[in-house]
Amino acid sequence: MSVILDNLPALLIAVPLFGAFLTPLFGRFLPKVRTPWAIFAVLASAAVAITTAIRVLISGPIVYVFGAGASAPAVLDSAGIPIRIIFTIDAFGAFMLLSAAIVSVAVMLYLAASQKRRSGKSAFYTLYLLLTAGIFGMVSTGDLFNFFVFLEINSLAAAALVSYHRKGGIAVEGAIKYAVVNTIGGLMVLAGIGLLYSQYDTLNMALIASQIAPNPVTITALVLFLAALAMKAGSVPFHFATPDAYSVAPSGVTALMIVASQAGLYGIFRILFTVYNGVFNTVTVGWVVIILGVLSMVIGVTMALPQKDVKRLLAYHAVSQTGYMLLGVGVALCVLHDAAALSAYGTTAMEGGLFHIFNHAMYKGLLFLAVGAVIYRTGVWSINKMGGLGHNMKWTMIFFLIGALAIAGIPPFNGFASKLMIYESTFAFNPVLAIIAMVVSILTLASFMKVFHSLFLGPKQPEYAEVKEAPKPMIAGMIILTVFVVVLGIFPDLFVNAVISPAADALLNSGTYLSAVLGGGL
Amino acid sequence: MMAIPLIAVAILIGIAFAILLIKRNMIKMVMALGILEGAVNLFLVSLGYREGGVAPIFVSAPDTAMVLPTVQALTLTNIVIGVATTAMILAFIMVIWKKYGTVNADKMRRLKK
Amino acid sequence: MIGLLSTGYGFWNPIVWLVVIAAALIVSFIILKAGRKDYSKDTEQVKPYLSGNDEPSASDTHVRGGNLYYGFTRALKGYYDKLIPLHTGILNDYIAWFLIGLVIIFVVVILI
Repeated sequence: MSVILDNLPALLIAVPLFGAFLTPLFGRFLPKVRTPWAIFAVLASAAVAITTAIRVLISGPIVYVFGAGASAPAVLDSAGIPIRIIFTIDAFGAFMLLSAAIVSVAVMLYLAASQKRRSGKSAFYTLYLLLTAGIFGMVSTGDLFNFFVFLEINSLAAAALVSYHRKGGIAVEGAIKYAVVNTIGGLMVLAGIGLLYSQYDTLNMALIASQIAPNPVTITALVLFLAALAMKAGSVPFHFATPDAYSVAPSGVTALMIVASQAGLYGIFRILFTVYNGVFNTVTVGWVVIILGVLSMVIGVTMALPQKDVKRLLAYHAVSQTGYMLLGVGVALCVLHDAAALSAYGTTAMEGGLFHIFNHAMYKGLLFLAVGAVIYRTGVWSINKMGGLGHNMKWTMIFFLIGALAIAGIPPFNGFASKLMIYESTFAFNPVLAIIAMVVSILTLASFMKVFHSLFLGPKQPEYAEVKEAPKPMIAGMIILTVFVVVLGIFPDLFVNAVISPAADALLNSGTYLSAVLGGGL
Repeated sequence: MMAIPLIAVAILIGIAFAILLIKRNMIKMVMALGILEGAVNLFLVSLGYREGGVAPIFVSAPDTAMVLPTVQALTLTNIVIGVATTAMILAFIMVIWKKYGTVNADKMRRLKK
Repeated sequence: MIGLLSTGYGFWNPIVWLVVIAAALIVSFIILKAGRKDYSKDTEQVKPYLSGNDEPSASDTHVRGGNLYYGFTRALKGYYDKLIPLHTGILNDYIAWFLIGLVIIFVVVILI
């Protein structure tokens, strides 16, 4: 038992990869146990991730050195050269692990039903587990190059999954755009890593952070990281491929891709707050992040309003919600060196932005699953052709309504709690930003009234008379996410105190991260 | 002499992005991605180059002072990733060619608005 | 107190909110119960009265999603006419936007 607990960070990658590459074997020789095996593998990797996260939240950051004993120094190898491969999981990484684990389990249950009558299940589940491994790796690595490798695993697996279904090549069109754009982003990240390596001769995040100084090279690297990872996260003006990919991907996969793109946000925040630990001009970069956020919010929601394809509409809302996270964290970045403002509202803004990441993963996942269930039963994407489905799909309707109210920030669901934290703290920073955020929230509500009305309300339509309720595994997946949407809405303080505050602290005080890795100096 | 590889990197990145912006043929865009990847690889390798350095092969090194081959390892990894990416995008282009009858990015826009 | 989320300037307590909503629901249930007793389902009563005309079919009476918010997009026509054509769907333009964003961020961060 203690062997497992001591090696949790390695299992975090090993379990999903092992599950992934055994799936085709099962598919070849024992097709009956393939889906149960995939479910088991996802459950096992989620269990590892949640256990790791809980251990981190209870006993502080975990530093895991691959190929070395527990007492070996984390940075230098036996010859005194800083080439260790390490995983560093602090409270922020633990928080991302939690959200990825929960969504991956819910989506896997959903996929077990939605893929039942599809072909090519072996490769599908393999790619799904690879995507999970990519997300887990991105949020737990302590090494910039490993971050790039996991980013590429994440992008490749996601692009392959996007292309999986939808006849007529339209899914492949979305996938090719996503793949090309993310490849360029990945190469820009690698160029940034090269620039940092040229200055500090190391790839270890903590070791770079302990020496970093602002100069043209490091600032260029910062800009490359910021733009490329903002593209992964789907922020305006780098968002164009995001709705293309989300709208054609299998619905369950889109729900996990939300988390995959949030791993890009993790990268931005980790690099800004930990690797650069505030040595640059935080006010300028903070405002850049805020403006990216405001643009994402406004353009995302206004593009969502006239959409006819229901999944494309949801995808634009994903862009819009990403803006809230960037806004909250950008405000915190702006006041990073102003201790009074930081304690007055900066920390709350940070907590609001991070809380919104978790909430968005839950309710947007729920919305995509509910809409996916409707599409699964009707085979129709256009909201102009749907109507009256509430008569046939009562549970799906209830889950969709809960998700829609949560994304619009209606109490008592979780979206309201995080949005309130963002509104109040940004109002203290700059009232205009808070007003924009509220207007965007109102437009979100308006847009979801439209979707809810045109999907579920109205008289029973003759063409959908035979439509049945979604299969039970899909409902089970939705229930998991609904529980989090409702419980986090009713008890936001418990979650904020237990998970969000430590995560925000971990970002704001990079010293904890550095001392966990470097110990008492090199 | 350190500047020559960096100038080459800048030129290659410029060529790659010029093709990515101007050429509408998807195959040519994949080639441009290859050039971009090559540029980044060249950049990484040129960072690790040491004038008069000794290759880190223990049996043939005169003493223990050798070049640390980190960036070479990064470059190898990136080449492998690049192969995977290129193969996947080319496979996508084949499907697009079958379904749309074109490999032109201009015509590949059923997903818009 | 459980459920009390302090935001630095104010607080939010979903439990109190739920109690208020529950009270409102009880009041509306009482009002509902005080209504007419002679309503019965599955009779002629539930059919809409349209001056003796036949009830139109279900697909004709449902307002389709695309028709909602016509007024909103119409009022912001100038904005949408500029915004929607930017989403061309051409991959080269996506890359161009990435470069434009990258250069703008670069100039802003270096100069200011």
